[in-house]
Amino acid sequence: MASPTDTRLRTQAEITARVKALESMLIEKGIMTTAAIDRLAEIYENEVGPQLGAQVVARAWTDPEFKERLLADASAACTEMGIGGLQGEEMVVVENTDTVHNAIVCTLCSCYPWPVLGLPPNWYKAPAYRARIVREPRKVLAEDFGFPVPDDVEVRIWDSSSELRYWVLPQRPAGTEDLGAFELAALVTRDSMIGVGPVRTP
Amino acid sequence: MNGVFDLGGTDGMGKVQTVENEPVFRAEWEKAAFAMFSNCFRAGFFGVDAFRHSIEKMDAAEYLLSNYYEHWVHVVEDRGAQKGVIDPAELEKRTQFFLENPDAPLPEREDPDLLAFVNAVVKSGAPANRPTDKVARFKVGDRVTILADSPHGHTRRARYIRGRTGEITAAHGGAIYPDSAGNDGPEAPEHLYTVRFTAEELWGPETAEPNNIVYFDVWEPYLTLAS
Repeated sequence: MASPTDTRLRTQAEITARVKALESMLIEKGIMTTAAIDRLAEIYENEVGPQLGAQVVARAWTDPEFKERLLADASAACTEMGIGGLQGEEMVVVENTDTVHNAIVCTLCSCYPWPVLGLPPNWYKAPAYRARIVREPRKVLAEDFGFPVPDDVEVRIWDSSSELRYWVLPQRPAGTEDLGAFELAALVTRDSMIGVGPVRTP
Repeated sequence: MNGVFDLGGTDGMGKVQTVENEPVFRAEWEKAAFAMFSNCFRAGFFGVDAFRHSIEKMDAAEYLLSNYYEHWVHVVEDRGAQKGVIDPAELEKRTQFFLENPDAPLPEREDPDLLAFVNAVVKSGAPANRPTDKVARFKVGDRVTILADSPHGHTRRARYIRGRTGEITAAHGGAIYPDSAGNDGPEAPEHLYTVRFTAEELWGPETAEPNNIVYFDVWEPYLTLAS
């Protein structure tokens, strides 16, 4: 059976051997350790991920003054909640409304707001999304993500070409007036903060 | 440089391949490749701009067909060889060894300072904004045209915005200039702006989808005031 990272060029076994060889040289040169690898993996597998962005969104939905600060300076507002760091030094939050839908991309590489969304999914870094979302966003959202945006809603694509890290504040779904921040955060999906999917409905 | 990595607006790339519940790392080697970025950054292999440019110089077909984190491995090999830290012949020899002995252990070494660095950098990041004494030549509301020429070396001036006209919607002050830092020059800060382009301006009125906008961040040397 094929392994998850087999490609048309190399098998996963070949890639694994090459990376291990490089790793062994970097360890011997005093540049890397297996403990540092394990720690970084642990951080982005278990500690830093879209659950953090979801907490920020839920707070913005329930605290209008916080929302104002978030839209004015996202990194400063996130710091209030202990959220921030690498690849989110200067974050910019863009707000969805009844008349505007936002989505993020990095057409040149793979820039993504790690402190609130974690590491990007592979489709975000692969050629198809990066090529097409700036040229035919409505088609990509409707056909590839099953998430059509009405023609009278303006689609705004944020191409992360500098070190600013954009992400999306989705709209609070109807029927959630009685929910608290904790329950609201559970409705916020990673894709809704990228701008390619809906929030959950309770 | 004009390369395949500059994907915005490229046709023929197929469908977006989403995967339900994809793990953060799909294989053990991806964890090691991911860690190489911060560990080798600390060792002085590259800044983020030079890191990107090393990826841009990959073989074009390989860039499109390889796993994402193989791009990162390429950078470590490329920059490591330039620094005289990674000997390509030794790397080939060891690769063959690990192919034949996949369970052979890695060398053991401890480095509490590296672990402390990892924990600190994830939390604090590495900001790219840089105060500058230069007076900003443009302001929010200005209509600007992106230089249309094709520079060699690293640039963030994507092809699909070159020669296009838009409106500045935000001015961010000074930031490291990738066209210098990415080509192993100094940080050379320049004013950074966000520019708003209509889809009609980017793709033409016949081709553009209705009611679409693209925002793109640009450094001052990319810009001229629109006539």
